[in-house]
Amino acid sequence: MSTQSATPNKAEKAKSFFKSPARVTILIAIVFLVVSLVENITGAVDISSPGTSGATLRFAIPLLMAGLGGLWAERAGVINIGLEGMMIVGTWTAAWFGYLHGPWVGLLAAAIFGLLSGLFHAILTVKIGIDQAVSGLAINLIAAGAARYLSGIFFPAVGGDRTISPPVETLPTFTVPVLAPFFQGIDEKNIFLISNVSGLIYGLLTDLSVVTVGLLLFVPLTSWILWRSKFGLRMRFSGENPMAAESLGINVYMTRYIAISVSGMLASLGGAYLALVASSVYREGQTAGRGFIGLATVIFGNWRPGGVFAGSVLFGFTDALRVRQSDSVMAMIMAAGIVAGLLSLYYVLSRKWKPAAVSGGIALFALWMNLRVTNIPQEFITAFPNLATLIVLTFLAQRLTPPAMAGMPYRRGSE
Amino acid sequence: MTKNRIFWAVAAPVAAILNSLLFIYIILKIRGVDPLSMFSLMISYGFDPRNLVSELNQTIAYYLAGVAAAIGFKMLLFNIGIDGQYRMGAFFGAVVGGAVALPPVLHVLLIVITAMIAGGLWAAVAGYLKVRRGVNEVISNIMLNFIAAAVISYLLLPSMLGTLPEGSQTAQTFPIPASGQMPTIKAFDGEIYSFLFVAIFVGIAYWVMLNKTVFGFNLKATGLSFRAARASGVNAPRMIFVTTVLSGAIAGLVGIGTLLSDTHKYSMAFPAGYAFTGLALALLGRNHPVGIFFAAFLWSFLERSAPVLEFEGVPPEIVIVMQGTIVLSIVIAYEVVARINLRQQQRAVGSVSAEAQPIKESN
Amino acid sequence: MDNVLDVVGIEKKYPGVIANRDVALTVKAGSIHAIIGENGAGKSTLMKILYGLIRPDAGHIKAFGKDVELKSPQDAIALGIGMVHQHFKLADNATVLENVILGSEPTRMGFIINFDQARKKLVEIAEHYGLEIDPDESLSNLGVGERQRVEIAKVLFRGAKILILDEPTAVLVPQEVEELFSNLRELVKRGLTVLFISHKLDEVLSIADEITIMRQGATVASRTPKSTNKVELAELMVGGELPKPRAGATKSTGESLISIKNASYMRQDGRQVLNNLSLELKGGEILGLAGVEGNGQSELIELIMGLVKPSGGTVEILGLDATKTLTKDIRNAGVAYIPQDRQRDGLLMSAPLWENRVLGHQFASPMANNAWVNKGEAIEDSKRVVSEFDVRTPGINVLASALSGGNQQKFIVGRELSGSPKVILAAQPTRGVDVGAQAIIWDHLMKARSEGAGILLISADLDELFSLSDRIAVIYSGSIVATLDPNKTTPEQLGLAMTGAKSA
Repeated sequence: MSTQSATPNKAEKAKSFFKSPARVTILIAIVFLVVSLVENITGAVDISSPGTSGATLRFAIPLLMAGLGGLWAERAGVINIGLEGMMIVGTWTAAWFGYLHGPWVGLLAAAIFGLLSGLFHAILTVKIGIDQAVSGLAINLIAAGAARYLSGIFFPAVGGDRTISPPVETLPTFTVPVLAPFFQGIDEKNIFLISNVSGLIYGLLTDLSVVTVGLLLFVPLTSWILWRSKFGLRMRFSGENPMAAESLGINVYMTRYIAISVSGMLASLGGAYLALVASSVYREGQTAGRGFIGLATVIFGNWRPGGVFAGSVLFGFTDALRVRQSDSVMAMIMAAGIVAGLLSLYYVLSRKWKPAAVSGGIALFALWMNLRVTNIPQEFITAFPNLATLIVLTFLAQRLTPPAMAGMPYRRGSE
Repeated sequence: MTKNRIFWAVAAPVAAILNSLLFIYIILKIRGVDPLSMFSLMISYGFDPRNLVSELNQTIAYYLAGVAAAIGFKMLLFNIGIDGQYRMGAFFGAVVGGAVALPPVLHVLLIVITAMIAGGLWAAVAGYLKVRRGVNEVISNIMLNFIAAAVISYLLLPSMLGTLPEGSQTAQTFPIPASGQMPTIKAFDGEIYSFLFVAIFVGIAYWVMLNKTVFGFNLKATGLSFRAARASGVNAPRMIFVTTVLSGAIAGLVGIGTLLSDTHKYSMAFPAGYAFTGLALALLGRNHPVGIFFAAFLWSFLERSAPVLEFEGVPPEIVIVMQGTIVLSIVIAYEVVARINLRQQQRAVGSVSAEAQPIKESN
Repeated sequence: MDNVLDVVGIEKKYPGVIANRDVALTVKAGSIHAIIGENGAGKSTLMKILYGLIRPDAGHIKAFGKDVELKSPQDAIALGIGMVHQHFKLADNATVLENVILGSEPTRMGFIINFDQARKKLVEIAEHYGLEIDPDESLSNLGVGERQRVEIAKVLFRGAKILILDEPTAVLVPQEVEELFSNLRELVKRGLTVLFISHKLDEVLSIADEITIMRQGATVASRTPKSTNKVELAELMVGGELPKPRAGATKSTGESLISIKNASYMRQDGRQVLNNLSLELKGGEILGLAGVEGNGQSELIELIMGLVKPSGGTVEILGLDATKTLTKDIRNAGVAYIPQDRQRDGLLMSAPLWENRVLGHQFASPMANNAWVNKGEAIEDSKRVVSEFDVRTPGINVLASALSGGNQQKFIVGRELSGSPKVILAAQPTRGVDVGAQAIIWDHLMKARSEGAGILLISADLDELFSLSDRIAVIYSGSIVATLDPNKTTPEQLGLAMTGAKSA
């Protein structure tokens, strides 16, 4: 009865919102279709413009890194509330060491200090055994305070002040040869749907930072480690059933030390991105709660690297829209409403009443928004990731598959 | 309380404070600053009557945050949602207060009650999610904090519930008329919010609830031993929900002192960050109404006297690091003590219980 | 046939208890060897020693003819001794293959898992031993019997030649038991040896090649199924003679206090713990409940207390419908509960003694006055309990954790017996208590009976059961299989009932 099935891959095992890669593709295609339609109708061409996709990527990367940081920790069994603080560590060290020795050193410094802050969190929660949330919060506070303190000491002398660092040299960017101009050409021709898609792709291929590409690689890398490597398997079990792992001779403590340290490093690299690529300074308050959104993307992505990526793209997109024109936002809502309406129809046809009701509700809400509201307050857009996560938690709690023992205290030798 | 008990009760907090003092001492030394003179400068500045007053006023807010956190802690609930609950309470208290005109005492009472209801309701969302859906209250509260800030920010817009006074860029709520204001007490060359008495009352009520009522007994019992409480007839899910709401209601009061005696309106300029402070104070004060008060005062004192450090070229933010270190030291100390106790107990009881015990579940 | 295991003179003592005393065991290669015994017989301790989890105080173990010292489970598995746990150590959010190979993953270059190799090996093992296993199935889709197979596969994957199974059928339904047995027979056909711990005589007689009986920490006899029968085994398990019941005035008032009819209860993990259970407790009697631990006793108590709801059947207590009444109301109606796990369910360890007096009684007077706790009354009454039940404590304000286990128990009993409860649920009421205190507690229980209370006494101590009970019900596999008269029952009868034998 044993099947020689293919090697485990993400899509096969995913218990995410949609059931198979085919469905996901179809859904994405529908989304694009609808968006293009809407753009045609409303004239708000900004949604799928190259500028938007480029901005989305820029906003998404820090969220992605924070999310991956959260993922690594939670998969090993520890909820890392201190992601925000670790990001701050990244922004500060990247800017300072970047100023002193160049951006590449800045990046390296962020990685190292992020690793150390993760290790600190690990020792506190795993070895000493204090509450994970308290440790995380304390780290946030200490990191924020230390950043301000050290800024006050070092920056004024070299042209910054206590809230902003001296400017750092930028890292090289590039535009993908051949492909970028090709897509740009198509975009300019304004063919329905195809141009929109090309425009998006063009935006992704222009002015791309090397760092961006490098950081994006962490997604497949994380996936690969978690499901193909020995360490990854042990790490997952540390989060699912540490007692079982311990009974098979695995050192759960050590596994968690490593995982949480990496978690800190990833969050920190996200911060470094903010300071070196998205801008070229450290600025107080730069992280703006992204560490917490990172936690949200982990939930939203059902604890899978691909899901975290999708979540950060979605949240990055909404963030990017915020700085664009307001009618883009309205158009986006219209598009989302239409998609939700279609989904609702689909669910009704397959007799899944609850999902039908939820998507129907979203569709109606989008309709109401279009009719009654002239412009979307910034504030709601800021809160969108949080709201979305809360909705997911409320309605889809049963379908989510968090690591079974994430967040629960574990002591060696307990049965 | 025996002398021994009192000693052990304060040992950990005191040790934590000393530990972070040491830490700061070292850092200052590295900067080439004389720590002792810094400390004495801070102390003399902090105890200066004018500063004492603003410290006391800040203590009121911190104290309420601490009590709110402590209520949760007694049941092993982590109310990190104090940020959102406090905002909801302050905002809706201000809105309602600015929208009606009632005789003086009633007006104030209305504002206070509105604030408690708003805070409690906001907390109820997280409570409901926890009890009915098993959602981790830390995550949901973090999300709710952000959502609260966003919603209020939106509602503050002049087109909604707010107003934009002349010459100002910040939206705020309609000012509360005199009938909805609380007097201040003139002392030390300054003005102390009379809300201080409300805070003290809350502290007393908290103590009475915990130690004298059946509800408080059940609350403590559930926190001490979920299983024993359940076997004794306590309805655990209901307990969790009610405690969460109660904690939120108290959190809703955090900003009311300032609202009623000082600003008389709410705007986004109201400070953030009460959640962590509240939790830290509850830990530092060991969930005890008097302990939390001292902790709250210490916190305000540190924050108020920090700027003095600037004169010596030391960025005052070092105080934030100090606060973080105090909290860490405290929880580490608690953990270490708990481990020692446990080991002692295990040795005394021996392995007989271990043998005879059935399946161990995690709490 | 060679002996794969030769165990001689094993001893293991804990403070106050001798868990294993001069235990000897000889297991032949390629056999299914059962170890039977009732509560406290020492089977679990012996298994833990064989599996390397605990070290014996004395004795020798020879495995495959060589002297061995087992310092850890890793040592044991290295020698080919594998334990199939009663409580599965598996992760739902992973595949069967991942669960099996964890900790012994075949790798390429040291860090990449070679899934192909692992799968191949697992499939080979599965086919060789006739185990039905799908390596890529997600564990969350598996039922209990299938999960057990994964646990077996785990030890086989690591090269176990001797499998120890601890009460493996406790969690299985009859059909799964059959599947397990046919799997075990396959394993043995292929040269493995199985050590099978159980208290279910029917099963043991059908599967085992050899049976060792343990009682009170020692191995008392060895038999083969052909050379013995249920009756003899039951007698060996329980002992030759049963304690003499005490003469006590049994004034059963006949009024039905607890009435349970056909109650069934399924736990969250799918296990049917109570199966059409019917029970009646009358006023003025002590109803003893005999049975090996794990046959539904705790769930029965939770049912009566209103802590869980049955999936079928009715539960009535003192005129209240336990399935619809809050626990606190059941308590207030006059139900006392002496829990089996005193530290977890009966006390607030880090609270002072007087608060522990209030525990369980905080919803009614005299401990409470509407919403207020009556501290004065609590303190006074705690003093009374302490003196009446001879609780050795420095004071009323000390934390419960400061008392010894026996004194904690005395306090709990004293607390629960106050206020003249009408129903007393007593689970292992004198466990860990010295003889003198035991006598005090027994006296109080009998006094309560003579005043008309109905007492449900769950005990693993046959002495206690026979001394106090007016009737003894036997619980097995979630139902009451027999109700016996302590004056007239024989060891065989009791043993057979407790071990689920269908007929003598």
